[in-house]
Amino acid sequence: MNLPFAIIAAVIVAAATAAMTLRNLVHSSLAVAVAFGGLALAYLYLDAQFVGLTQILVYVGAVAILIVFAVLLTRGGEPPEKCIFSATWFWGLLITVAVFATLAWCVMHSFASRRDPSDKVEVTVKQIGDALMTKFVLPLEVIGLLLTAALIGAVIIAMREEKK
Amino acid sequence: MTDSLDQIFVTLKHWLLSGLDDLLKWLEVAPPGWSMPLVSIVLSLAPILMVFPALFAITTVLERKGLGRIQNRYGPNRVGPFGFLQFAADGIKALIKEDLVPRAADKVVHFIAPVILVITAFTVYAVLPFGRNMVAADLDAGLLFFFAVGAASELAVFMAGWSSRNKYALLGAMRAIAQMVSYEIPLILSSVAVVMITGTLSLTKIVEAQSTHAGLLPDWFVFTPWGFMGFTLFMIAANAELNRSPFDLPEGESEIIAGYFIEYSGFKFALFFLSEYLSMFALSGLGITLFLGGWNAPFAALDFIPSWAWFFAKLLALIFLFIWTRGTLPRLRQDQLMNLAWKFMIPMVLVNLVAAALWHFTGPGWMRWLTSGALVVGAYMLLGKPQFESKDIGKRTYRFAD
Amino acid sequence: MLGTGIIKGMAETARNFLGSYVSREHLTTVQYPEERSPQIENARQFPFLVFDGDDPIKGLRCVACQICEKECPPKCIYIVKSKDKRVDYKGQSQFYPARFDIDLSVCMSCQICVEVCPFESIKMDTAYELSTTDRFGGLMADKHQLAKSNEHYRHIHPTDAALSDAALAVEVAKAKAVAEAKAKAAITTTVSPQPVAAT
Repeated sequence: MNLPFAIIAAVIVAAATAAMTLRNLVHSSLAVAVAFGGLALAYLYLDAQFVGLTQILVYVGAVAILIVFAVLLTRGGEPPEKCIFSATWFWGLLITVAVFATLAWCVMHSFASRRDPSDKVEVTVKQIGDALMTKFVLPLEVIGLLLTAALIGAVIIAMREEKK
Repeated sequence: MTDSLDQIFVTLKHWLLSGLDDLLKWLEVAPPGWSMPLVSIVLSLAPILMVFPALFAITTVLERKGLGRIQNRYGPNRVGPFGFLQFAADGIKALIKEDLVPRAADKVVHFIAPVILVITAFTVYAVLPFGRNMVAADLDAGLLFFFAVGAASELAVFMAGWSSRNKYALLGAMRAIAQMVSYEIPLILSSVAVVMITGTLSLTKIVEAQSTHAGLLPDWFVFTPWGFMGFTLFMIAANAELNRSPFDLPEGESEIIAGYFIEYSGFKFALFFLSEYLSMFALSGLGITLFLGGWNAPFAALDFIPSWAWFFAKLLALIFLFIWTRGTLPRLRQDQLMNLAWKFMIPMVLVNLVAAALWHFTGPGWMRWLTSGALVVGAYMLLGKPQFESKDIGKRTYRFAD
Repeated sequence: MLGTGIIKGMAETARNFLGSYVSREHLTTVQYPEERSPQIENARQFPFLVFDGDDPIKGLRCVACQICEKECPPKCIYIVKSKDKRVDYKGQSQFYPARFDIDLSVCMSCQICVEVCPFESIKMDTAYELSTTDRFGGLMADKHQLAKSNEHYRHIHPTDAALSDAALAVEVAKAKAVAEAKAKAAITTTVSPQPVAAT
């Protein structure tokens, strides 16, 4: 635990909390964007340049925009009058804690956590590309197929219906 | 001599750093370990923060004068010699104007939006190589960094438009985002062709790959079939990313007044312009780096001219190209804009990737010119035909609101 | 082919861009405060009052008939008729305007006052640099400011001024003839005391 990581973590947690508690939906989505950015900073701080920059490009540049657009197109920007806490907040909290505990347990007992952090590996983008094209080519292709199917589905949904 | 002139700024920085080191030793002050790298970073960034705003100032005058000449006018010619001090008058005017914030506006977001825009516009310069050994941060994933930071500016545009609580601002922001998201794909994919050929995302390595000469022409990517098409598509997409005419729908003075920055006044308004022009220079710089050989001289005989001079000469040429297109082409309609992006640019840019692959795998010789060139030209003819051929659209009908 | 139109357009703008440096004919604009484009003869801005002779006030042709005041669509003319009479340019005894004000900020330059004036006394001026620092006083022109000589009129609108002068000459000649007839009648007044009505 060191200072830069603490700052980045604090920013992410604060932004995530703000995203949950802010009353205005657009503010919430902007807070989500800040959380995404903080996550990218965390990646960059861990020397994962490629992942960090892709995080900004995809999440801040595209996903956050998508969320904001969806919020704008589906309802007004006026904050809701009633309480923002859902009636089943207790159960939600319980499930969240359970998920967090499971993930934390997994991470703590994983191979990555046992590795010595001092032996840094310099990973270039070229190596990532080579790995994607050789070792991980099947997952890459599957994801590609999935995304193509999703894209075609989106086009079909958005297509204007022909008047008979 | 030529080398020393070429490296003058690098030498100057080293000289300043070692001078500071000597001074601290002489004063017998032991600086903390992080201070010297910090000074080095500041020394790398300070020129960027000075040169490009200065270029912005000059470009505003040159643009107005150039547009004036295109329209058979003089343009600004009152302030200073030939009107070149016009930017000072404009700047002072912007500074002393009242900063108005609408009462209904979301004050915090309204304030942050231009700041984020300017910060992102400045940040992308970190990875641009302005000359030999002249790059602030030589990142392994420099190109990715450029696009990632550039993408963050879209959110700032949305923030500006949404927080103003003005229908025109929101419309402008919506248009801007739709446009920027659509044109970001051809912008990135046209650069991917270069990445495929060079096999690196580092901008300095991309420049190095173009430093050789093959016969008369230098090995710039623009002098290949896929490179030429890629450069053209890159410039069109860059024009759209920058919201410049003919893609200035988000600002559309005649329809939505100024789009997302309608509710900004005084210096914040100037910040929007600053960021717009800084992005224009940055994208031009990227286009130079990717396709026009970066800071390389076109002929080996011209190598005595410093590399940074070549970079800025090319930059000025591209700025002129931007001004020229702005002075020529009328604004597109929203559907034309989207059609151009999704029905022409994106298919074309995908074909261009195949053309680049063909070029790479055919090997040197005239064959690759033939295959790659035929693919690019054929796709251009085919894709350009159906939707842009003038067709009989029939008699105009009007629909009125009930 | 796609793009040819763009290239044609770019060539056109390039031609204009370069042409503006080569030939002055390309530059259609005039550097205003230093040089002005010549005004066409029919230019009109705001009305003025024509006077003859040397004294602007005494020579005013206006007889304060107030037709223009009544006809003015935006009602920018304000006239106060004099109590006494004086001899006008025709040698007849007439009223004259004690006040004649035109509010230039209201005037819409329609020239109706000129059309209706039977005395050729109000005409349209071509001066256009009328900006003032005072919004209310500065744009209210009184008869001293409005009075301009017939030579000025001849200078700015030569054709109209010639017509106007010819019409006036006819009027003056008629008036003279009437005066002479009157004088003759006065000599023979013992026979018929009825004066000859002016035709």
